[in-house]
Amino acid sequence: MKKIGVGKKILSENEKFALDNIMFFAEQKLLCLNMISSPGSGKTTILTRTINDLKDKIKVGVIEGDIQTDIDAERIKATGAPAVQINTEGACHLSATQISAALKQLPVADLDLILIENVGNLVCPSAFELGENGKIVVLSVAEGDDKPVKYPAIFAKSKALLINKSDLLGGGQVEFDMDRAKADAQRLNKTIEIFPISAKTGAGMSAWYDWLIRSVAKNRT
Amino acid sequence: MHETMVAQSLMTIILEEAEKQRAKPVSAKISCGTLNPVNDEVLRFAFEAVAKDTSCEGVELHIEHKPIRARCNNCGREFDVELSDPACPACETGTFELLPDAPLIIEEISFQTDEP
Repeated sequence: MKKIGVGKKILSENEKFALDNIMFFAEQKLLCLNMISSPGSGKTTILTRTINDLKDKIKVGVIEGDIQTDIDAERIKATGAPAVQINTEGACHLSATQISAALKQLPVADLDLILIENVGNLVCPSAFELGENGKIVVLSVAEGDDKPVKYPAIFAKSKALLINKSDLLGGGQVEFDMDRAKADAQRLNKTIEIFPISAKTGAGMSAWYDWLIRSVAKNRT
Repeated sequence: MHETMVAQSLMTIILEEAEKQRAKPVSAKISCGTLNPVNDEVLRFAFEAVAKDTSCEGVELHIEHKPIRARCNNCGREFDVELSDPACPACETGTFELLPDAPLIIEEISFQTDEP
């Protein structure tokens, strides 16, 4: 028996492409954020509302990841923003190569911000770097306040946490302890920015917009 | 199910090394961190499936899970983080900084040799 040491990252092929994307975003002074959540947390609604409300302030391009259909890209295009749909045909996450290819189809020179909507999944996408400047995790209140402790990795790695569908609270149909969710997310990630929002009613969205505008401005300098 | 992609990438690396060594791989040792974990059972199953009919068929995987460590902001102690209840074992309360998580790595490969 002969043993050889390898010491190689198993996903190094993906990371090579992620590094190319990092360089590309830096050269273009483009901010890229990777949105990750369970299916149905409201990512696309957050995106369409954000794009519409910030139309005069930030030029956004979107990369949509889904297993099937271009429903989400069509919803984005209806706002007037450019969008590219990636169908993963069963894969549970987006990979860096798919992002490189999608970037070629976006008018990047005219954009300030690329928002990636990852495949709805709170687990696998967190393991694949796409070259983004940061991850945004979305949790909707109907999913439960225990998600930060049950799925810690994505909460530990994200720059911001959007707690969506806050309009469902207060009526008694949904039990969600906002303080518990916040405290659990902050225990693993003390710099995470937390925004309770309702993309449906617009409640809380302005704090998220301010953060987004500041992040874009910081990235430009 | 990202284990399928991990299995494929793992096999590519082992096959490359096997070609360089001109030997049949027997086992591989891999390690992962706490925030990028793999499920051992799923990875072994996926690897078996992708390795079928290649020289990786039958390669045994040894998978080590490394704890993520943190430094306590209060007492400075470094400790293994229990994700379900993250706290400094000395102070119990207070904040801490997570230290970098161990990456998903293939550490070594063992090959068959002619000598006994």
